[in-house]
Amino acid sequence: MAWFLRKKKNILTPSEDRKNLPKGLWYKTPSGEIIDTQELKKNLYVSLEDGYHVKIGSREYFDIFFDEGEFEEFDTDLSSEDPLKWIDSKKYSERLQEAKKKTGLKEALRSAFGKLDGRTIVIACMDFTFIGGSMGSAVGEKIKRAIEKAIKKKCPFLLISKSGGARMMEAPYSLMQMAKTVAMLSRLSQAKLPYISLLTDPTTGGVTASYALLGDINISEPGALIGFAGPRVIKETIGKDLPVGFQTAEFLLEHGFIDIICNRNELKKSISEFISMTSK
Amino acid sequence: MNYLDFEKPIQDLREQYDKCVILGRESGVDTSKTLAQLQLKLEKTTARIHKNLSPWQRVQLSRHPNRPYTLDYIQALTRGHFIELHGDRYAGDDKAVVGGFGKIDGESFMLIGTQKGKNTKDRQYRRFGMPNPEGYRKALRLMKLAEKFEKPIVTFIDTPGAYPGLEAEERGQGEAIGRNIYEMMRLSVPVIVIVIGEGASGGALGIGVGNSVCMMENTWYSVISPESCSTILWRSWEYKEKAAAALKLTATDMLKQKLIDDIIKEPSGGVHFHPEEAYKKVKRYILKAAKELSRLTSEELIIKRQDKYLAMGIFDD
Repeated sequence: MAWFLRKKKNILTPSEDRKNLPKGLWYKTPSGEIIDTQELKKNLYVSLEDGYHVKIGSREYFDIFFDEGEFEEFDTDLSSEDPLKWIDSKKYSERLQEAKKKTGLKEALRSAFGKLDGRTIVIACMDFTFIGGSMGSAVGEKIKRAIEKAIKKKCPFLLISKSGGARMMEAPYSLMQMAKTVAMLSRLSQAKLPYISLLTDPTTGGVTASYALLGDINISEPGALIGFAGPRVIKETIGKDLPVGFQTAEFLLEHGFIDIICNRNELKKSISEFISMTSK
Repeated sequence: MNYLDFEKPIQDLREQYDKCVILGRESGVDTSKTLAQLQLKLEKTTARIHKNLSPWQRVQLSRHPNRPYTLDYIQALTRGHFIELHGDRYAGDDKAVVGGFGKIDGESFMLIGTQKGKNTKDRQYRRFGMPNPEGYRKALRLMKLAEKFEKPIVTFIDTPGAYPGLEAEERGQGEAIGRNIYEMMRLSVPVIVIVIGEGASGGALGIGVGNSVCMMENTWYSVISPESCSTILWRSWEYKEKAAAALKLTATDMLKQKLIDDIIKEPSGGVHFHPEEAYKKVKRYILKAAKELSRLTSEELIIKRQDKYLAMGIFDD
């Protein structure tokens, strides 16, 4: 018998003696760096080792941008319906319930107003964890109302995009949210108020083809995936491999569709500076 | 003429009819009675088939190879009084989008649309009706031209979507569509939009923001094609019929959902059987809509157009 074969079957440690490690102590970046999550949080979820920007949501962004993390959220009860009675692998209504339970969010976007470096601002932020940050009627309506609020308060509007695009389960309604949100943006523009678009990883599909690239200033975080069609679809269409760095924030900057790529640690400062230069 | 599967009974009767005509001519026998009977049967059969079309069958009709495309409509409506304009003035001239000034019954219009090809070579030349950013920018340039000369705009939509290519991404496909939606919201002239075939997603909406938006009876308009939807949800194209039904993409659905303003009825059997009749209906629609919209001021046109889109969506508040 080979010396390395186990003689006894199964794990013999009784389960009460098992040492449980608390979850989430470490974070592994795509390049393989292992980082202490507390350290990561302190550095606004940017890896100290390789600069990787970990995907974060509205809670973290609101914390980053609003002074002292204080803000007043609005339209908190606005949520999706299931107008098409959609069923795929599960019912859309169930999917919504599950997403709400899993994320503690009501929708794929939250909106609030507060102060950014002492100036009033309305911020709307998408949450990718809620059905891929997809845009349905509720997201569209919340964006519309957030812009309305900015116009009413005569303050800048910051929209943080992070989305797979339009939400398929509300098919025709989702498509029209592209037009709806942009219609409201044109009113913001008419009011001569700044629209800052922050594109984060990933921003694709109907969101890219509506409000995300229409900012008075388009800002992105390093390495974010930004594109209209998904990389897989393009690869299948052209039958060739895609170049390295295709559809990254850097690629868009190079082709003239983004103004600034900004490290997360610098974002607040950059945006604050832009606002101060555009305000009266 | 090409026939779809479910058009088979129509095809049989048509062939029978044609044979009968030839027989009558060659033999000198009076076939008028038989012909009249066949004609009646043909009409009844066509009506019966078209009364209960499934959403997927309508999708098939919207792609029927004999269906008229944008330039067919433009030629028929303007009777040759059409000056096609080319190029976006930045990078190139996209063949998947056509447009220019044209006269319909003596009135000037800016006519713009996505264009598909009629044969293999032509289809490739037109990139199967899938625009690149240059197409959207050309369309926008022409719309601005119409605005300058205070002419109403008509757009014809027939596209399987914006082209998902490498160069398209490099030149900002998303930005081009978003920009068009934005600018179309602010146009001070009437905009009339007609879906004449396929209305796929942002690729369609990029020329689709209007005061009067209508769909021909056998067309579809949605966020994704039934095939892609089926692939994403069930990992196969097999379920396209199911997807077509789920997406609520037909003209009737879209009107019910208050996402379009009108439906143009198609002649019995679909536009491809009687294109002339369809051209007449489309012309009537355009002239009527243009007349009604001409009563509004520029400001009213803009506000009403925006308000319409701002009211779209169903949510729980």
